[in-house]
Amino acid sequence: MSDLRKIIIDGIETEALGDMTLIQVCEQMGIEIPRFCYHERLSIAGNCRMCLVEIVGGPPKPAASCAMQVKDLRPGPEGAPPEIRTRSDMARQAREGVMEFLLINHPLDCPICDQGGECDLQDQAVAYGMDFSRYREAKRAVDDLDLGPLVETHMTRCISCTRCVRFTTEVAGINQMGQSGRGEDAEIISYLNQTLHSNMQGNIIDLCPVGALTSKPYAFTARSWELEKVESIDVMDALGSNIRVDSKGRRVMRILPRNHDGVNEEWISDKTRFVWDGLINQRLDRPFIRRDGKLVACSWDHALDEAVSLLKSEQVTSIAGDLASVEAVYALSQLTDSLQGKKECRVNNVDLPIGNRSGYVGISRIEDIDSAGRILMIGTNPGIEAPVLNARIRASWLAGGHVELVGEAVDLTYEYKHHGTDLLSLHKLAKNMEDVDLTDTLIILGQGALHESLDNSALGIAMNLADRGAGLLILHTAAGRVGAMDLGFTTEGGLDQALDGAGVVYNLGVDEIDIPSGPKVIYQGSHGDRGAHRADVILPAAAYTEEAGIFVNTEGRPQLASKATFPVGEAKENWAIIRALSGKLGMPLEYNSQIQLRLKLAEEFPHLMEIDMVRENELQPIETTQAGNTEFKNVINDFYLTNPIARASAVMAELSYLTRTRDGELNEAA
Amino acid sequence: MLRRFHHTQPDSFEFSEENLKWAREQIAKYPEGRQVSAIIPLLWRAQEQEGWLTKPATEYVADMLGMARIRAYEVATFYFMFQLQPVGSIAHIQVCGTTTCMICGAEDLISVCKERIATKPHQLSPCERFSWEEVECLGACANAPMIQIGKDYYEDLSRESFETLLDDLFANRKPIPGSRKGRFSSEPQTGVKCLAEYENGKAKFSPAVSLAQIEGDQ
Amino acid sequence: MLADRDRIFTNLYGMGDCTLAGARKRGHWDGTAELIKKGQDWIITQVKESGLRGRGGAGFPTGLKWSFMPKNSDGRPHYLVVNADESEPGTCKDREIMRHDPHTLIEGCLIAGFAMNSNVGYIYIRGEYIREKELLQAAIDEAYDAGLLGRNACNSGWDFDLYLHHGAGAYICGEETALLESLEGKKGMPRMKPPFPAGSGLYGCPTTVNNVESIAVVPTILRRGATWFASFGRENNTGTKIFAISGHVNSPCVVEEIMSISLRELIDKHCDGVRGGWDNLKAVIPGGASVPLIPKSLCDDAILDFDWLRDHQSGLGTAAVIVMDQSTDIIKAIWRLSKFYKHESCGQCTPCREGAGWMMRVMDRFVSGKADIEEIDTLLQITKQVEGHTICALGDAAAWPVQGLIRHFRNEIEDRILKEKIPA
Repeated sequence: MSDLRKIIIDGIETEALGDMTLIQVCEQMGIEIPRFCYHERLSIAGNCRMCLVEIVGGPPKPAASCAMQVKDLRPGPEGAPPEIRTRSDMARQAREGVMEFLLINHPLDCPICDQGGECDLQDQAVAYGMDFSRYREAKRAVDDLDLGPLVETHMTRCISCTRCVRFTTEVAGINQMGQSGRGEDAEIISYLNQTLHSNMQGNIIDLCPVGALTSKPYAFTARSWELEKVESIDVMDALGSNIRVDSKGRRVMRILPRNHDGVNEEWISDKTRFVWDGLINQRLDRPFIRRDGKLVACSWDHALDEAVSLLKSEQVTSIAGDLASVEAVYALSQLTDSLQGKKECRVNNVDLPIGNRSGYVGISRIEDIDSAGRILMIGTNPGIEAPVLNARIRASWLAGGHVELVGEAVDLTYEYKHHGTDLLSLHKLAKNMEDVDLTDTLIILGQGALHESLDNSALGIAMNLADRGAGLLILHTAAGRVGAMDLGFTTEGGLDQALDGAGVVYNLGVDEIDIPSGPKVIYQGSHGDRGAHRADVILPAAAYTEEAGIFVNTEGRPQLASKATFPVGEAKENWAIIRALSGKLGMPLEYNSQIQLRLKLAEEFPHLMEIDMVRENELQPIETTQAGNTEFKNVINDFYLTNPIARASAVMAELSYLTRTRDGELNEAA
Repeated sequence: MLRRFHHTQPDSFEFSEENLKWAREQIAKYPEGRQVSAIIPLLWRAQEQEGWLTKPATEYVADMLGMARIRAYEVATFYFMFQLQPVGSIAHIQVCGTTTCMICGAEDLISVCKERIATKPHQLSPCERFSWEEVECLGACANAPMIQIGKDYYEDLSRESFETLLDDLFANRKPIPGSRKGRFSSEPQTGVKCLAEYENGKAKFSPAVSLAQIEGDQ
Repeated sequence: MLADRDRIFTNLYGMGDCTLAGARKRGHWDGTAELIKKGQDWIITQVKESGLRGRGGAGFPTGLKWSFMPKNSDGRPHYLVVNADESEPGTCKDREIMRHDPHTLIEGCLIAGFAMNSNVGYIYIRGEYIREKELLQAAIDEAYDAGLLGRNACNSGWDFDLYLHHGAGAYICGEETALLESLEGKKGMPRMKPPFPAGSGLYGCPTTVNNVESIAVVPTILRRGATWFASFGRENNTGTKIFAISGHVNSPCVVEEIMSISLRELIDKHCDGVRGGWDNLKAVIPGGASVPLIPKSLCDDAILDFDWLRDHQSGLGTAAVIVMDQSTDIIKAIWRLSKFYKHESCGQCTPCREGAGWMMRVMDRFVSGKADIEEIDTLLQITKQVEGHTICALGDAAAWPVQGLIRHFRNEIEDRILKEKIPA
């Protein structure tokens, strides 16, 4: 039932839902209300008092528009709609007063503050501040905190809006931050000055409306107005978080989230945010070939010639790694086809059903998590496989949803019912669910439940439940996987079959496995990681911030990543390397630009060009097999080191070390 | 005033058996799942047991109530009756300094504290048996100026009577709480103007003072 | 003077027997079950007709407040919460009820709880009142033992449990929503309203928070009739009221008197006059720290009730009368209140957190005279920037005493500043 009510704001009549807050209605009308503590994805605090508005006919004092709901307003005389004024003298004077209070104890250190230029307080001070200070007393100084390697603190600048406390408590699900003491001596703290134990803590930097919490890795390296800002897509996990890549010259300086309600809301994980130092370390910035057992640098011509001779003389198998874009995989797929080679993207022995999108993507969307009354997770640890998605599950749980898990028991920041760790437990659970209405149940099936040894039994059970009304979401860990599956980059029987008889392996960025000895290896990728070490020819390629590319996320949503900087050294864009190779092989691919490639792609795989659309997948249940009992093993062990870029990042290495130390794994060594 | 855990802390804390039993009764006052409500009474009991509120005690109570330690810390630092540093082993003297007491002579009492106990509030006397602080209105304004020691109020003080009170404490004598001007409770000093019928039958001490006599504790 | 037979709190000084037996002898717990059996509507109507206004400071009509509670339960329990966090400087009246006449409160809780469909009541007493807590708890235990509380309390057919909860030193917990937060085991930071406690209060359930005195007078009102109570005081300011007179009077005391008594009568009859005589009076804070003071000129005709004091830019507050004679450094007296509010600000919202400290620091310099004349107006503006802009009324309470000082004693501030500037 919709509860639309009339309301007059600044003389304009509009309609709004009764449970909307006044600040939301104003936003909807394009009326800007200044705010510091209010954030639409956090609980309402109402403490900054910047969003005060006048309620005509109400008490002779302004009200906080972030907390007042439309239904709380009394109608005017003779049933006239309630009236709000956001620009009246009362509202303006109230805000000017609050602004003065915020500034009296705020340091005048904007010139040396990283928030400068993108500071809410600075911006609002221009609108509501005075050009002099009436405050003759000494300003307050506050001790800084040590929150760890990511978030730097300058607590004297803090205006106690408590956004960071609310985010860490509500969204990240850690109970470490709080506000101790009271009055003007109240301090925002982490308990006993502990470093934060969350892989989403970087978001508090964005949330902080002043320069109290800033980015440690980015500290004092650039001013916001010097940066080139490019909207893109993250590849650190399969969620496809919307990001903005800020660069200065050829260097990526920082990565920030963009809002996408259906994907990442406006959060990103710390790996997504802080991986950028990995973009300059361990880079393959020129081609190499192996001579006398050693890799030696060479020219592109030389390397391509070497690759051509290998590809011509041997049986080819192409494999595609976790970070490969649709375009790169598409080009490689066509090249491999013309060489009559085999191809495979399921490089971690995960048995995704070929050609059955309802089986390797599922039939649900990420946002279905919000409304699910019951979430059943199988063989996954979303806390490290997709932290932002995990926060969404947490939000659903906080709203009253029930969460259940079959798989390794892990800390997910919320309570869940644990039903065991193996296939047999899942069988039992499914049996118990036979008479249950499943329409508000969402199944999230992780890669840990798709291992080859399971012979698709878990997937079969999940699809069966989906057939009875449950939702199904396959949670991937590789940003490129769904795209490659959509392109049919697979071989019946999986990786072992694909590699069987291969004389040369064309490795497009596969760094998570060891390629068996025997075949020669052409490695195309960005970093000198595991894949490059095994290579006979290395073709240096762009990393994800250095080329445009389509990535299909875990729910099957194609999104466009953009080029923020040029590739390092002599590295080239991935599709272009393959196109060049095809020319040298005398079987040129039919496109000379990425645009042409995408036009071709659109003909053959139209849904991949439906950017930001999630196609509905018709459920095609598969036979449940009688596999023996098997434990579900999660696929990620170390959140911070899941790909070659992350492994090249000093920040990620430190976080990994700190996490393992904290978890006690390194206690013996220490 | 900045309030944080003291730099030096004991290793552990546990409720005495009696206090543990009491704590469980307190928790039972609140509805199922709302046991966090009991935090203030439990922290207070922990402080009564130890003399001041220690970090292990705060964490013990937080764990007992199933709440995050940071939330317990927030509570411990928010409420000023929690002494986050050691206090005098015999007496921690809390002098009310708010307006009524101030205009009736509380500043004299504070200067006596500075002279005889320690120059700064919350500082232990050299013998470590005493400490003092100025607190906000204790709600006994008709008997101003006044102080609180432990559970008891000492009222209608003057510099002289406060000095005498301190003499007693220094000599390990427990002073009798209540008015120092001979008032029973909050009736006029010159005698009751109403409810006179009860005056003759009154006990030696007012109920609150009697309690202190019976229990013999502070 | 209010006759003894018309006093509700007949054991205010604790000279009589404080036990249940003593309370019964004085007429309490008399026919309680019958009162309850007259029904919720009757009780609420009686309280409304008595004209009882909340005794905690704001003076909101008590009966009306009760009527805001949902008539029928939607499954959530209803709660009665008694605000016994008596911390307003100058106020020491509820203390006397709790330690000397506790059964008036306990009986009132049962009746009020029944009237608002509540089976559970919590009394939140300030942490410092430890003896009061012990005495009140003893009285509650007595009531339980006598079957006056618990299942079928007092044979009324109504189940009612009453629990005593205490704070630990935070004035802000006297604000009703901060009190609820504190009772839920959190920092005492006020909540935003709406939602009001009657809709969503303790544990998110319908709740009414009443002052100790407001609850404790109810049984007697019901027994003696709304018209009896309403016969005292001026219209809209009815009943008897406990006054606490402190400061520079010859005999400070706590006393129950009729509402709308004149200030002079109260001081002369009960306190043996102002120290040094009426003409030695300088100013009076008539209702606890948060109301603006009134100077001697207004005191001469002052009537102590809600409306008269409001009309003279002050307030009855908790009826805590702080008397200051000519020897008082009035600037310092108000500075001490600024210090109090700075100390007690919870720190949640900006104007109070930052403004309370700022006001105190300017007042610091007014006390010593190390300020400029223009700063008087600056300070006045700061108080206006705090007032009305905070989540709860503590901001207003911090602003008003300073405004009262500037309104009536600006000359004195100016004189001190000038004296400091001109070398002696």
